[in-house]
Amino acid sequence: MQPDPSHTPPNSLPNAHAARQRWMAVLARASHADIVPLLAHMPALPAHSVLRGPESGLVMVRGRTGGAGAAFNMGEMSVTRCTVRDSDGRVGHAYVAGRDRDQAELAARLDAALQDAAWHARIETSVIAPLAQSQAAKRATEARKAAATRVQFFTLATMRSGS
Amino acid sequence: MSVSLPGFADPVLSAQSSFRAILDAMSRPGTVHTAGHGLTPPAPLGQAAAACLLTLVDAETTLCLDDALETTRDWIGFHCAAPRSPAATAGFLMCHELPDLAALDAGSDDAPQDGATVVLQVASLCAGQRLTLSGPGLPSPATVAINGLPADFAERWAANHALFPRGVDLILCAGDALLALPRTVRITHAHKEA
Repeated sequence: MQPDPSHTPPNSLPNAHAARQRWMAVLARASHADIVPLLAHMPALPAHSVLRGPESGLVMVRGRTGGAGAAFNMGEMSVTRCTVRDSDGRVGHAYVAGRDRDQAELAARLDAALQDAAWHARIETSVIAPLAQSQAAKRATEARKAAATRVQFFTLATMRSGS
Repeated sequence: MSVSLPGFADPVLSAQSSFRAILDAMSRPGTVHTAGHGLTPPAPLGQAAAACLLTLVDAETTLCLDDALETTRDWIGFHCAAPRSPAATAGFLMCHELPDLAALDAGSDDAPQDGATVVLQVASLCAGQRLTLSGPGLPSPATVAINGLPADFAERWAANHALFPRGVDLILCAGDALLALPRTVRITHAHKEA
């Protein structure tokens, strides 16, 4: 179950933690080109200075078969990270998939601004919510396409027993 | 964890030039080099000491911090990501006053390179206690003046030097200046302060 973001106050733990995880996850999946048009109708984000990065590297993705099997190294993926500090002293972090440095920096700036009560509602409604919606729609489409090709093994079993 | 200050502006080039400065300082003991210019580390960490940490220390080395530097722990943790370790087993020590060198990891005869490296922040590298150095890298004895070492430093260093090839190496930092005393250096004369 996803917590409903509209009812999550930005400054109470552990709700604040879960809410931040959620918007960071949304930003990590959104490309730079997805985010920029959503910012067009907003005032400029607070001025910032970069504390680290943006820098790209590799992380090992680990997997588990069936949820209970032993962990194994599935493969490496490239990740770009960035940390910024805005003019009010809020620190924003971003770890995004791929090597898009602009995306990482923009996501970190948004993470910093989202911690500010004045910015939070505005960014939540005009950036995070539309991105989350389109990502959910994309996931649903993919799930539907995958479901259409599912093979129902019991059908085979029935056919075999019937012959 | 709160971090409000950046590390190297250009991590690759700055780390390379700092590494070169440390390498030169180690190979010519007693010469003063500069590192960390433009860096803004949190007080009381100096530029050269911060540059040494950003250059040498990372997730694969262990670090021990002096109590006086506890306030810089978040910054070092964020930019270096080094696991903390007690002084006796640490690969690197960042100190405000000289630790007991005999209590540190001096490596083994098989792996003398495992000996600890102490980054010590001192008040000055151009005034104070005068030491005459000789050894590899010094064609003729050199004299350095360091403010911030204990009065019995020469005896303590002699015990460390006697362990060779084991032993610990020392990097002294003041502001953006650094000077290295590798374990091979002998202190032939410690001038008494006037």
